[in-house]
Amino acid sequence: MIKVDHLAKRYADVYAVDHISFEVKQGEILGLLGPNGAGKTTTMRILTCYMPATSGTATVAGYDVFRDSISVRKNIGYLPENVPLYPEMRVKEYLSFRAKLKKLPYRERKVKIGECIEKCRIADVQNQIIGTLSKGYRQRVGLADTLVHDPKILILDEPTIGLDPNQIRQVRQLIKELGEKHTILLSTHILPEVEMLCGRVIIINRGKIVAMDTPSNLAVQLRSGNNITLEVRGAGEKIKNALSGIRGVKKVVWHEKGELSNFNVEAERGMDIREDVFTSIVKNNGVIREMKQTPITLEEIFHQITTQEHHEQEVAV
Amino acid sequence: MTSVGTIFHREVNAYFLSPIAYVVIAVFTVFSGYFFSIMLGITQESTLRYSLAYTQFILSILTPVITMRLMAEENKTGTIEPLMTAPVTDFEVVFGKFLAAWALYNVMIAPTAFYIIFLAWVGNPDYGAIIASYTGLILMGGLFISIGLLVSAITKNQIVAAVIGIVALLILLVIGLASADHEGWFYNALRYIGTYDHWDTFTKGIIDTRDVIYYVSFTALLIFIVVRIVESRRWR
Repeated sequence: MIKVDHLAKRYADVYAVDHISFEVKQGEILGLLGPNGAGKTTTMRILTCYMPATSGTATVAGYDVFRDSISVRKNIGYLPENVPLYPEMRVKEYLSFRAKLKKLPYRERKVKIGECIEKCRIADVQNQIIGTLSKGYRQRVGLADTLVHDPKILILDEPTIGLDPNQIRQVRQLIKELGEKHTILLSTHILPEVEMLCGRVIIINRGKIVAMDTPSNLAVQLRSGNNITLEVRGAGEKIKNALSGIRGVKKVVWHEKGELSNFNVEAERGMDIREDVFTSIVKNNGVIREMKQTPITLEEIFHQITTQEHHEQEVAV
Repeated sequence: MTSVGTIFHREVNAYFLSPIAYVVIAVFTVFSGYFFSIMLGITQESTLRYSLAYTQFILSILTPVITMRLMAEENKTGTIEPLMTAPVTDFEVVFGKFLAAWALYNVMIAPTAFYIIFLAWVGNPDYGAIIASYTGLILMGGLFISIGLLVSAITKNQIVAAVIGIVALLILLVIGLASADHEGWFYNALRYIGTYDHWDTFTKGIIDTRDVIYYVSFTALLIFIVVRIVESRRWR
């Protein structure tokens, strides 16, 4: 449904999107994952015909985004980041305006708007002025707008940003339901969100695709770098030295609080060191009060990936 | 072209849902009424001609207030993004907004019809001159709005849009007014570019095609430029 081929967008000397290629198949939910400024929004803006690419091509629903922009726009529903809405309009009025703008015939309009209001659970605020709505409701009004003309493709830019945990759950549930009927491209910088929603993930950084896989595969890769936090009763110094000696351990941070010590052990990717940690602490007469494996956060992964690349570049030079 | 109506409808609603429409209508009515009564007292003539000369000055200040939000607000709040990713052309958006502002402008000058009733009551006005004046007033409104729209399209800040718009319109008024008593190609050119001369002809009761063409073509050119500016985000 979406085909992107060597797409690039340059601002002055910097490539915001650096020759990326990918494809979204019909019925798929694809996640664009990346830190802020990675090029997610720019990519989406190109796909929604808001701005053109510097080079490369993209087709959406079979139409070229540059040459056939009106046809593309008829087939997409786009939810921009932060969901800009007209604050002085009422919810139903806004949806009716958008439906007209999207050329929905008069007869269908009323039915479709009613459906969207129901689907997005905004019936209780449908006559309220948008400016008075909470962020969660605004987000759902935005979603209702993207759905109103029943587009084949939904493009959602950070659909859960700035919501409270309950609202995030509701919006995710909604997106999941929508995924049954629509092809969805969504962007986020939250890893669990991608795992929950997407069939496939593209990780993008500095305008380049750094990984493309299913979330479960990526999660294994990303989380294989281990972080273990420990609370131990015993001789802190001795245990610290013992832990540092375990094969695969990269770094040990130690804080002492009276009899108790807190450790943070960072191990290499793909190494499970928990049992070795246990035996070495026991050997040093320590008592483990707590042991917890904490996954590396996305930011850390990105930090790693980017610094790695830099390193490689330096070597290449 | 169907979207022009949709945009127009929304923009007119937005005007009357915000205080802007009521404020400009009130301010215009107060000042135009003031000038009307003063000029009527001085000249004792049953004509709108003298008070309309001042009306252009008021309009130069109020029209940019009408137009300031048209594009600047969309740019600032980001609503330009869902708007431009809907299946509408840039021209439809710009033209719909232009028509909405023009409609508000015409509503704003509508209360002056009361002065005509008053003149008819106390004297015997020349209706031909009045019809010509209103034709000129409406055409001039189109030009003022397209200038305000242009300024609004190049900024995100409504205040900036209003101030630059007012300054631009006053310059356009002053260059014609200041060169009224001078001869030579330079002053002729200024008089032609400025709005004062063209407007003056209408208030005298003359609908000259040269003046109509001036207003219509200038307005069309500016709308064309605004469409290009809105489009320009595509090349930036």
